[in-house]
Amino acid sequence: MKVSKTNKILCLCALVILTQVTTTLTGTQYYLTQLTMAAYYGLVVIGLGVLMGYAGQISIGHAGFFAIGGYISAAMTTHNLVQLQDTPIISFCSQMGLLMERQDIYGDQLLTFAPWAACVTALLLAALIAFFLGIPVLKLKGHYLAMATLGFGTIIYRLVLATPLFGEADGISEVPAFTLLPAIGSLPPIMVSGDFGLRVINYYLAWGVLIIGMILLLNLIDSRVGRALRSLHSSEEAAEASGVHTSGCKVYVFVISAVYAALAGVLLTHYNAGIGPSEASVMKSVRYVALVAVGGMTNLWGTLIVGISLTFLSLRGVFGSYDDAVFAAILIGVMLFSPAGILSLRGCLLPSKQEIAPAKEENL
Amino acid sequence: MTVDLFFQYLFAGVTYGSIYAIVAIGFNIIYNSTGIINFAQGEFVMLGGMISISLLQFMPLPLAIIVAVLATMLVGALVEILFIRWLERPSVMQMIIITIGVSILLREVALHIWGESIRSLPYFYGNEITTFSLGSVHISPQVLWVIAACGFMVCGLSLFFKFTPTGREMRACSVNRTAAILCGINTRNMVTFSFMLSAGIGAMAGCVMSPITYTQYDCGTGLAIKGFTVAILGGLGNSMAAVAAGLLLGIIEAFSVSVVPLAFQDAIAITILLIILFIKPHGLFGSSEAARLRDF
Amino acid sequence: MLELQAVHKKFGGLHAVNDVSFSVNEGTIKSVIGPNGAGKTTLFNLIAGNLPPTDGTILFQGKAIQGRKPHQVAARGMARTFQNIKLFHGMTALECVMVGCHTQSKAGFISGMLNTPFARKEEKAIRQRSMELLQLLEIEEFAEVEATSLAFGQQRAVELARALALNPRLLLLDEPAAGLNIYETAEISRLICKIREMGVTVLLVEHDMSLVMEISDEVVVLCFGEKIAEDTPENIQQNPEVIRIYLGEDE
Repeated sequence: MKVSKTNKILCLCALVILTQVTTTLTGTQYYLTQLTMAAYYGLVVIGLGVLMGYAGQISIGHAGFFAIGGYISAAMTTHNLVQLQDTPIISFCSQMGLLMERQDIYGDQLLTFAPWAACVTALLLAALIAFFLGIPVLKLKGHYLAMATLGFGTIIYRLVLATPLFGEADGISEVPAFTLLPAIGSLPPIMVSGDFGLRVINYYLAWGVLIIGMILLLNLIDSRVGRALRSLHSSEEAAEASGVHTSGCKVYVFVISAVYAALAGVLLTHYNAGIGPSEASVMKSVRYVALVAVGGMTNLWGTLIVGISLTFLSLRGVFGSYDDAVFAAILIGVMLFSPAGILSLRGCLLPSKQEIAPAKEENL
Repeated sequence: MTVDLFFQYLFAGVTYGSIYAIVAIGFNIIYNSTGIINFAQGEFVMLGGMISISLLQFMPLPLAIIVAVLATMLVGALVEILFIRWLERPSVMQMIIITIGVSILLREVALHIWGESIRSLPYFYGNEITTFSLGSVHISPQVLWVIAACGFMVCGLSLFFKFTPTGREMRACSVNRTAAILCGINTRNMVTFSFMLSAGIGAMAGCVMSPITYTQYDCGTGLAIKGFTVAILGGLGNSMAAVAAGLLLGIIEAFSVSVVPLAFQDAIAITILLIILFIKPHGLFGSSEAARLRDF
Repeated sequence: MLELQAVHKKFGGLHAVNDVSFSVNEGTIKSVIGPNGAGKTTLFNLIAGNLPPTDGTILFQGKAIQGRKPHQVAARGMARTFQNIKLFHGMTALECVMVGCHTQSKAGFISGMLNTPFARKEEKAIRQRSMELLQLLEIEEFAEVEATSLAFGQQRAVELARALALNPRLLLLDEPAAGLNIYETAEISRLICKIREMGVTVLLVEHDMSLVMEISDEVVVLCFGEKIAEDTPENIQQNPEVIRIYLGEDE
């Protein structure tokens, strides 16, 4: 099993490189932009996949965590602190190297938080919110859980739309590039940015993050904790009797998937140099759920493949103005005909499994 | 706050509260017969409003409303027949995802038919500036229409569930589905019927509220969340309590306008929802044992 | 080992468990019997932490455990099985037993995600130990079979193995023979005795009188939530009160 996991990862790496080489050779490098974005969305989807598929907890509020990541880092890296320069807090931050000075397009001085400081803050905040939201919310089941997470997503959306700091309906633009490694010698700098010259680097960066994220989650699923998660999905009572602290496990996996979403939000915001309120909308959350469901609830690879390909097609505008409708139709179709996902052969076995276990309903 | 202003807020609250209550009753009808929370409930409301607005070009207002309600009931029945009816033992997760998918489909269809423009029915009586005066308080006649429609629906449903054979059969299904099957009740048809009923009720709400709140292709989601809040607040399945909870939420929202910016108004309902879910998930008026009230 | 002192449980107006006291001595097999609705399963849920008692004390290895969560009780060395077998879907028999090793291992989220050497070593140990348990219960050939697709008797054995994986001091068995034929019952009875020989104390709820009388050291009889009798199997069979409950007034 271990070997096949490693092999799959290697195949994925090879595919990533092959795609890049092909686009360069055929002069279709513009595809890389959408592939990069798709990889970041893929990060959200696999994080949600572990939460939904393995731990069995639905979340219709993951766009909220994506938005927390994106908006916090965008606001911190664009909000000008020049006026506050002399306050003790800001000068302390400045001494700690948390700030970044640059000039805006009009040549005025701009003092903001450095992207990495913003990134860390955003991730911590997302984790904290997920933790404190998760404790009460994950006690709920089924419809209640769905509505509560939907409600959380809607609150974030409303807050974003109504807060001047977050640009209200316009969102935040002119988010600076996120420099991970400065230029060393003749090597170009490694930064998350939508700059055309950095397209290839960003492509590899996004996929690198995605693959690492995938490896971590695959490890998690195969680990002791992953087994505990799968067991509580099936029967919370039996899992508890086996000594699994079910509520704790659920909260932690919720936090992990929230951090995945937030990280994707941070990176994509720097890549796009901005973020708008539509990223926080309920429709986005539903879309993530759809991608997980279509890929197969307990099939992280399926989730990844479907998530990336459908997101890519959607970003290319293949579905035109029917984008949301296509997602809805796919969602319904998969749930009706193959609830275990289109890539899962177990789809046809599932009904018989449910007959053996009529208790399935209470386990959501 | 002056007494006048107080009553002005109060009436606004009661108006919105009635609408929320109607949406919540729609949730409850389907929940009682199937155990499903129909996430597309808000879209029925939107469809009712939209269809009646379109029909208004061809027929007088009362007829347009009736036809719109019937058409929406047909949509409700279709939704059930196409997506729900033939599922064997669907899991809760499956049902949630399917009804969410249906809600998006309906919304997208509406977007392609009616576009993004905001529409509304004309006031049933008078126009925007017509008011009744109750002492020094001014009330739009449409407010009375909304309240009357809500009252009419609640009474009608109680009578329906109490005195008609179909109503009794639906109640039987909600109490014990297996037993109902054994008594020869066609439970599948009852489920279809409950979808029609709740679609019709939603459409009715969509019509009476349209002059006040306007109708847009995406107005359903917000209403669905509010309606669900109310349904939870009253205890799922308990429609009388839903009316009380609806009025409560409407009034809280109306008065909150004087404290919180308008943009955060939706957040208030959701915050209430979350708090209720955390501390008393069976509703303010429900207990865990009597989570389903059998009588309307 | 386990001691119940004046335990009460009320559901609304219903007194499901009323002033029940008894103790289970180390290394013995004790059975709880009683007619349907006597409060046996409620009693089990109280002991295992699924329900908090309304009143009374439950001591396990000298420490009060009432009101503790099931996973905390499990971590202290009390394992249980369920009347309607609760195995995990989509997991092999081996994996089910490995879940039972949860309290015996430590690797958390971080070490699991990073697949640290510690986690890998622990994983190997868990796998080995689970396999041994399957061998002990004579179902090792089904290790890689999906647990929920096994025959009923084998599923019971997997559940037993999962419970034993906790390395329990006390094992609660909720109707271990329910739904089994006489051969399978005999098999289970043999396994329970084998488990006792390993030094595990057993408390079981059972309807099958032949099983109860055969393996128990002591029997507690419950009726309408109250303890009617507590004695050796031989004496219980002679007890007029018990006979009256089981066979009716006229006997």
